[in-house]
Amino acid sequence: MNQLATEEGYVTADGRQIGGTLMEMKNITLRFGGVVAIKDISFDIRQGEIRAIIGPNGAGKSSMLNVISGFYVPQEGEVWFKGYRRGPMKPYEVARLGIARTFQNIALFDGMSVLDNIMTGRLNRMKAGFLSQALWWGAAEREEIANREQVEKIIDFLEIQNIRKTPVGRLPYGLKKRVELARALAAEPQLLLLDEPMAGMNVEEKEDMSRFILDVNDEFGTTIALIEHDMGVVMDLSDRVVVMDYGRKIGDGTPDEVRNNQEVIDAYLGVSHD
Amino acid sequence: MLYREAGDFKTSYRDDGQTFPIRLDRWGYYIVLAVAFGIIPFIINDYWASAVFVPFLIYAVAALGLNILTGYAGQVSLGTGGFMAVGAYAVYKLMTAFPDVSIVIHILLAGGVTAIVGMLFGLPSLRIKGFYLAVATLAAQFFLVWLFNKVPWFYNYSASGQINAPERTVLGWAVTGPATSATAKYLICLCFVVALAWVARNLTRGTLGRKWMAIRDMDIAAEIIGVNPLTAKLSAFAVSSFFIGVAGALLFAVYLGAAEVGEAFGINKSFLVLFMIIIGGLGSIFGAFAGAAFMVMLPVLLKNVLVGSLGWPTDLAAHIELMIVGALIVIFLIVEPHGLARLWALTKEKLRLWPFPH
Amino acid sequence: MDQLVFAAEVFLNGLMTGVMYALVALGFVLIFKASGVFNYAQGVLALFAALTLVGIQQGQVPFAHLINAMLGTHISSFGWTVPALLAILLTAGVMVLLAFLIEKLVLQHLVGQEPIILFMATIGLAYFLEGLGDVMWGADIKTLDVGLPQGISDGIEAVTGEWFGYGFFIDRLDIWATIIAALLVAALVAFSQYTKQGRAMRAVADDHQAALSVGISLRFIWVMVWSIAGFVALVAGIMWGTKSGVQFSLSLIALKALPVLMLGGFTSIPGAIIGGLIIGVGEKLFEFLIGPMVGGATENWFAYVLALLFLVFRPQGLFGERIIERV
Repeated sequence: MNQLATEEGYVTADGRQIGGTLMEMKNITLRFGGVVAIKDISFDIRQGEIRAIIGPNGAGKSSMLNVISGFYVPQEGEVWFKGYRRGPMKPYEVARLGIARTFQNIALFDGMSVLDNIMTGRLNRMKAGFLSQALWWGAAEREEIANREQVEKIIDFLEIQNIRKTPVGRLPYGLKKRVELARALAAEPQLLLLDEPMAGMNVEEKEDMSRFILDVNDEFGTTIALIEHDMGVVMDLSDRVVVMDYGRKIGDGTPDEVRNNQEVIDAYLGVSHD
Repeated sequence: MLYREAGDFKTSYRDDGQTFPIRLDRWGYYIVLAVAFGIIPFIINDYWASAVFVPFLIYAVAALGLNILTGYAGQVSLGTGGFMAVGAYAVYKLMTAFPDVSIVIHILLAGGVTAIVGMLFGLPSLRIKGFYLAVATLAAQFFLVWLFNKVPWFYNYSASGQINAPERTVLGWAVTGPATSATAKYLICLCFVVALAWVARNLTRGTLGRKWMAIRDMDIAAEIIGVNPLTAKLSAFAVSSFFIGVAGALLFAVYLGAAEVGEAFGINKSFLVLFMIIIGGLGSIFGAFAGAAFMVMLPVLLKNVLVGSLGWPTDLAAHIELMIVGALIVIFLIVEPHGLARLWALTKEKLRLWPFPH
Repeated sequence: MDQLVFAAEVFLNGLMTGVMYALVALGFVLIFKASGVFNYAQGVLALFAALTLVGIQQGQVPFAHLINAMLGTHISSFGWTVPALLAILLTAGVMVLLAFLIEKLVLQHLVGQEPIILFMATIGLAYFLEGLGDVMWGADIKTLDVGLPQGISDGIEAVTGEWFGYGFFIDRLDIWATIIAALLVAALVAFSQYTKQGRAMRAVADDHQAALSVGISLRFIWVMVWSIAGFVALVAGIMWGTKSGVQFSLSLIALKALPVLMLGGFTSIPGAIIGGLIIGVGEKLFEFLIGPMVGGATENWFAYVLALLFLVFRPQGLFGERIIERV
């Protein structure tokens, strides 16, 4: 395993200091049978930034996120995280490296309460042995209480105190999205992946969610990579944007740079072939 | 108006996480324990022990075990009968090979042996899901029964092919063998039930329980948030099989005294225990008890009514029992797929709000 | 040489048994495709059909046992016998009625429930039908004879005797079963490909919502599919019943349809047939070759263990599509 040279960071428009490279994707290619979902894409994610991946439907954004979270293993290319090359890993091993995510079609555990759902985010931090758990004595109980305290902080942060004992299945859509974010945050990840966090929300819910995303980045210093359809939201939130189309990368840079990129405009607005 | 949580404030996360957060529930639980240990042992007779209490307690352990696997971890198993047979034959071999060791240790070891066998048959669950797994567990059921039938070593080469429990004592009281009193049978089963129910409760409320439920509710998401499906599923198979093995050991050694594998641990046992957890409630400790009580008492009740009061022939009563059990399963699934446990919870919910409708 | 000739005979007999398994599996596939219900009760349906057929044929009074118990009477039979063909038709009618009742009383109330709940409901249904069959017609072992030829096939014995110097024992009933099964499958395929109802059935199998939106009645399709499955169960019940008597163990034999399905995939008719043949041949050959070494009766579990091991290496079955997981 080679140490990847991390370059200097940069300062954002609103004056936040962004650090060196946290994650680097090098020449990633992903195929499903004969279909090429991602074709030779490279980009990096810096420590502390909010990085967006955008593109039209079927551009390969979700596949990219699945590669980052280890759910798909690319046929070609290298994934570097925290300076080490990441070999093929099981998804749960990737989670233990400090990468957490939310899902486009909410993937909460419907049979459990909100509190239990969020507690699952901390499963990897709970180390009590089997016997201790079986007898509920010693480490198991101490751990449960210590982690509960952490989870309660996140519950306060996301303002969902009043639903903590409610079964998740009964919640409305917007709250489910928030609980999912809470579960991902409970893992205290270094890299947080958000798969269309605003999909299907009304304007107020979008505003709330945007505020939470910025607060998470600000207060916990969490690096965030997100996929989103709502251009307005993406341009407001993110520090840098990757644009994908038909599995290729067609643009990469700050929102302003991307906005003025001719290829990006063509992909979104269509181009006349005369 | 008595059943309230108002005024019963929790000031620590420890209090908030306790088993019975509402004071009245706590008292109810203590009273049940006091009656079970302090009153029933003195008034129990042979009929009540063998018809109701002992089978209820033993099947409660089996139902707890299957509920851990199916209700909490979401892996449907039709191999319960086979795993109970493993417990029974393991305890038989241990009892006859090491007569000086306490029977309590034998029963626990039998559970351990069953846990290992259960993990072995649980391995395919990593690749096979849902119905396919349910059918795959039938392999365990049929293979294990065949094995105990065909390999004479398991039944110590006895001419009849049966296994018979020799007399063993705990603190000077016979708990197995023909001389065992109703009280002794009842008490040893009760001790196992209380201890194992407590363990089941602890496991399901903590880290392991959350892993199981996460796998049950959405296995892919569980894996992505960091649950290793291998350890989660295999631990569910192991713990579940341990419980079922203990139940099988108790059923043979304490309750039946003698057993022939095809008869005592056939596929109907698998379904019986499965019905217990469906009727009682999947994913609920209380449900395992409620379902076991229901399924043990139903035939006793039907037999008393149909054979005792109406004087119908026993075989007809047995067939009608099949119909009633089958119909009840369907009705329960239609009316309340979450079983008696949910009905109980809803009743308590209503009681909490009483006399106000909402 | 002798060993090889015996093995060939065992192989052929295995194929015949496999046809029987495939018959039960077929009814199962139909229901699973059309309604997504994993119908555990398919085997008991076959038992119930066979019991009803025998009962009607021999002029038994239904529920005689129960009526006698309640009223203190001693009735048992109407005193007539019904010709085989008419009895089969009447039984088919009973199976259609049963399909209607199952849809009306059970399935309709479970629409939208999780598949596992539906599966457990069919286990309940299996218990109920088993009890009902026994209460209606009595639990004693019955012989079923609808005039199908039985006994050793002299032609095959003569031919193989000439070839190998050893005449194969093949039951004529098995040969007939194979022919009837082939006809049944052909009829089913023709029905689903060339009739309006068949197309509707395939549409429902593909997507419930979409089928509803183009005006197909789900309830009608379900009643139809369960009726067809009931009819297939009747055919299977006649074959098994003639072969080994009508008794409870019939539903246990029919359980073997489950590993057959695991091999062939739950939705594939060719899969059910080939899976049936593999299991039939496999368990007979295993019993022939390995059985004597381990005490015999390996047929009790061989099918299940084979299916289990197979699935570990190919979870989608023989013909199932490759599963791509998504989030």
